[in-house]
Amino acid sequence: MESIYLPAVLGGMWITFKHLFRKHNVTKYPEETREFAPVYRGQHVLKRDEEGRENCTACGLCAVACPAEAITMVADERKKGEEHLYREEKYASMYEINMLRCIFCGLCEEACPKEAIFLTDRIVPTYFERDDFVYGKDKLVEKVDERIDISKRQLTGKRPQK
Amino acid sequence: MLEKIIIIVALFSVTLLIATYLTLAERKVAAWLQDRIGPDRAGPWGLLQPLADAGKMFFKEDFIPTNADKWLFIIGPGIAMFTALLTGSVIPWGPDLQVFGETVELQVANVDVGILFIMGVVSIGVYGIMIGGWASNNKFSLFGAIRASSQMISYELAMGISVITIVMMSGSLNLRDIVEDQHGMNWYVWKQPLCFIVFFVCALAECNRAPFDLPECESELIGGYHTEYGSMKLGFFLFAEYINMFISCAVISALFFGGYNFPGMDSLSGNTLAVVGTLVFFGKTFFFIFVFMWIRWTLPRFRYDQLMHLGWKKLIPISLVNMLITGIIIAAVSGWFSGEKPKTNEPMQTKVKTEQLDKRLSMNTNTH
Repeated sequence: MESIYLPAVLGGMWITFKHLFRKHNVTKYPEETREFAPVYRGQHVLKRDEEGRENCTACGLCAVACPAEAITMVADERKKGEEHLYREEKYASMYEINMLRCIFCGLCEEACPKEAIFLTDRIVPTYFERDDFVYGKDKLVEKVDERIDISKRQLTGKRPQK
Repeated sequence: MLEKIIIIVALFSVTLLIATYLTLAERKVAAWLQDRIGPDRAGPWGLLQPLADAGKMFFKEDFIPTNADKWLFIIGPGIAMFTALLTGSVIPWGPDLQVFGETVELQVANVDVGILFIMGVVSIGVYGIMIGGWASNNKFSLFGAIRASSQMISYELAMGISVITIVMMSGSLNLRDIVEDQHGMNWYVWKQPLCFIVFFVCALAECNRAPFDLPECESELIGGYHTEYGSMKLGFFLFAEYINMFISCAVISALFFGGYNFPGMDSLSGNTLAVVGTLVFFGKTFFFIFVFMWIRWTLPRFRYDQLMHLGWKKLIPISLVNMLITGIIIAAVSGWFSGEKPKTNEPMQTKVKTEQLDKRLSMNTNTH
């Protein structure tokens, strides 16, 4: 009976027939977007503290932790009169992430002792030139007046803080 | 004469229109069976999608590969399209229509060898695929073409035998006579379910539809016989395929599901009957088209040896035995075994227009 295929064929057709009446499972992308997971790892942000000073002290731990070697930075000393810009005496005068190298693993975030770098739910767009994928401080550091919410990611990958 | 021209033009445009929208229907059915929506960007419910596709096809570069045989390369899709459009001419689309006191047959040509004509033209259709695949000068195209021709030859046998069974029941090759024999609910599928199954499977194979779409078999042969084709030449092949599907569904509903006959048709008469009958016929045809699509989006492709095994070792013996049994029953009912002289060639039929019966009886007496 099996060799004439007919029972198996009818069984299969019954399965697909049931799907005919099932509700579709489609997100019409440009109009609707799917909600990201709360811990989604997208484009990085360099955080500022409450007073708008950059958290990053250019310790370089993120660059060391990075398995893809995507992070480069140059450290500099804070001058007098720059206290409102940088939280500590040392800061990163140049900070670059190559988004083509980055694998969005989140290890930089885990390594950071100053809560300066976080991954967000923003997506890195596509460009025509490779150079455009190297993000500098202009794109990474959050603007003073448009803060980026990272509360969902604040505790991921870290030991619970008490 | 004029009404024939009108019917030809109408049939031509309706066939093309249906084939165009079958491409959309295919994608929609696929989407529904897979819990998706399907094309919905071009017009409401994607209704303009076929136009967009056709526009794309026309504006693509129409190239011929350097090593291809130029003329055969052009003739291939032409033959495929030509034969596909030709088969619709003998199908009776509805009961006679009365216009301005004249009787108009809703059929382009009421030829006496109707079903034989369809079988013949369909078997020429494989030349389009064969020539197209050969002329491309590409090994994958050639594989597709060879597969297509051997598959068509194998399945045409079983298909022909199951058609013979139906012809034995009706006593006529004329498609209109076959349809008229199935008046009301007296459809052949009730008497010949096995024959229907064999014919249906063979129709799938003849149309190169899944699960028998080995000639184009994307996963192994790129595109099979139309690998090297682009632009509207490719469009012709795909179009011919959809027209073939439409026509074979029409033939299935004419042979086994009573064509334009439906239960309770005696309460209607004249033009109402003609219009409703035509709509019923199209309804049946569309149902089978849906079943074709349903099967395509359910079943995986057969392996080639399974295909041949099914064709030669299963379908042909089944249809032969079925034909034999049908023949014995027909002979028994018409009194061959009780020693009486058979009265008529058509013992199984229940209701035929008296004039046709008279005509046929007189033909029988002439031959005896």
